[in-house]
Amino acid sequence: MLESISGISALYIFMLAAFAGYEVIAKVPVILHTPLMSGSNFIHGIVLVGAMIALGHAETTTEQVVGFFAVLLAAMNAVGGYVVTERMLEMFKSSKEKKNG
Amino acid sequence: MANLIEVVYFVAVALFIFGLKRMSSPRTAKDGIIWAGVGMVAATLVTFFIPDLKNFGLMIAAIIIGSGIAFVSGKRVAMTDMPQMIALYNGMGGGAAAAIAAVELIKLATHETAVHGQVAINLAVLGALIGTISFSGSLIAFAKLQGWLRKAIRFPFQQAFNLLVFAGTIGSGVYLAFAGAEVSVIILFFLLALIFGVLMTVPIGGADMPVVISLYNALTGLAVAFEGFVLNNAAMIIAGTVVGAAGTLLTQLMAKAMNRPISNVLFGSFGAAGGGEESAVEGSLKPIEASDAAVMMAFAEKVIIIPGYGMAVAQAQHKIWELSKHLIENGVDVKFAIHPVAGRMPGHMNVLLAEAGVPYDRIFDLDEINEEFDTADVALVIGANDVVNPVARSNPDSPIYGMPILNADHAKNAIIIKRGQGAGFSGVENALFYADNARMLYGDGQEMASQLIQGTKEL
Repeated sequence: MLESISGISALYIFMLAAFAGYEVIAKVPVILHTPLMSGSNFIHGIVLVGAMIALGHAETTTEQVVGFFAVLLAAMNAVGGYVVTERMLEMFKSSKEKKNG
Repeated sequence: MANLIEVVYFVAVALFIFGLKRMSSPRTAKDGIIWAGVGMVAATLVTFFIPDLKNFGLMIAAIIIGSGIAFVSGKRVAMTDMPQMIALYNGMGGGAAAAIAAVELIKLATHETAVHGQVAINLAVLGALIGTISFSGSLIAFAKLQGWLRKAIRFPFQQAFNLLVFAGTIGSGVYLAFAGAEVSVIILFFLLALIFGVLMTVPIGGADMPVVISLYNALTGLAVAFEGFVLNNAAMIIAGTVVGAAGTLLTQLMAKAMNRPISNVLFGSFGAAGGGEESAVEGSLKPIEASDAAVMMAFAEKVIIIPGYGMAVAQAQHKIWELSKHLIENGVDVKFAIHPVAGRMPGHMNVLLAEAGVPYDRIFDLDEINEEFDTADVALVIGANDVVNPVARSNPDSPIYGMPILNADHAKNAIIIKRGQGAGFSGVENALFYADNARMLYGDGQEMASQLIQGTKEL
């Protein structure tokens, strides 16, 4: 089992991560809002890791079935989120980059 | 091994935050997503090495199937359909978080040995609730934007009914958390939460969907963070919380841009209120020929183009950029003005213009460009309506009153490309179209853009 996180340090993590998320986004120009929403959508694809752990510990058939769907959905979240974000960002170019090729 | 796993999770989380940061500037955004992607692959791979895991066959099968479907659909989707695709993938994430909670709760109900403290159980239930609502809500949002579900569904005593379902969901959730998990209650809880997600989303109109999708994105992040607590996984806690906070801010920004408090979006009744007779708009619609409009623009010093979702529907963005290039070659200063809610999501219009090849330094936000309309010779409105309606400034009775708008009416001339007469998404008559300096160019966006190009070439 992995190192366990005690209650109060979990709260600290939660608070600091919330501030980090808020600050990182605060300076984003509107033109990037859609790709950014998509990008953050990709990042909660980390749920895949949790889904794998849940399925990995599943014992009964019911648990396995539900765990299987957890991994399936999580993989779609992660991969789909990445593909569409990458496609959108691929297109952002300035006039200078355009002239250079 | 356990140490290595922890270290890889740590690095992955750092890469996520670093990647998000890079994504906040157009120059670095592209490699931002790549860094985050590297983090995700590393975190996934290392998870296989957590001791005592089983069911690897199922795990790999699920990953391959899920990735395959998402990869193909993500590559194929058209840029105009991007918002609903994001909603869909987001819903999957919420569903996954809920399913994790379901596995944990089933364990609690069936094995006596399950070890979870009260706090973890509470968070599991809370994450399940949020994740499930995000799941079914996002699917409805997807169906709405995809056009499968056209109307905002409303019925008598809807709010009371929703409240009842919500109370039932909370009740069964509290029972699960404190009175002990039972399989029948688990099923009831998830069923009610699914239904509540649907009920919460069906009455919301298409125009408000961006705010809703953004909200569900934040909710999924939160659900992931809560399940991270349950599984004792710091990577999930941090990544989920970061997204939860960022998504909440993004939701606020969007709601503010539309001048619609979030509570209003979720529980209000936009455009449904039968009352509030609008004052009749004065003036008349004055049509113009494409050739005349082309002359007007070719001899202008400054042209500001205001694209709306109608342009994307007509697939006219390529033609519009071609037209702009002609004008630029003739020495006209061409700029694009984007309203925060143009398209289906903030920034969606930017993506569509970028796809057509418009460089991002010609594209401006409402705040950046609104002063410039006073010095512009022509404001070309294509497929936009409510976002240029001066009624939002002048008529307190109008449902869109108070929404910041682009000052197209301040330009010397406004040319509006429009398919036909009729009100915008909100159903409000547009006073700009009746203004003295406005001319209507009736026709399909793409066709009209071609004619304008033809017109400028012939000069």
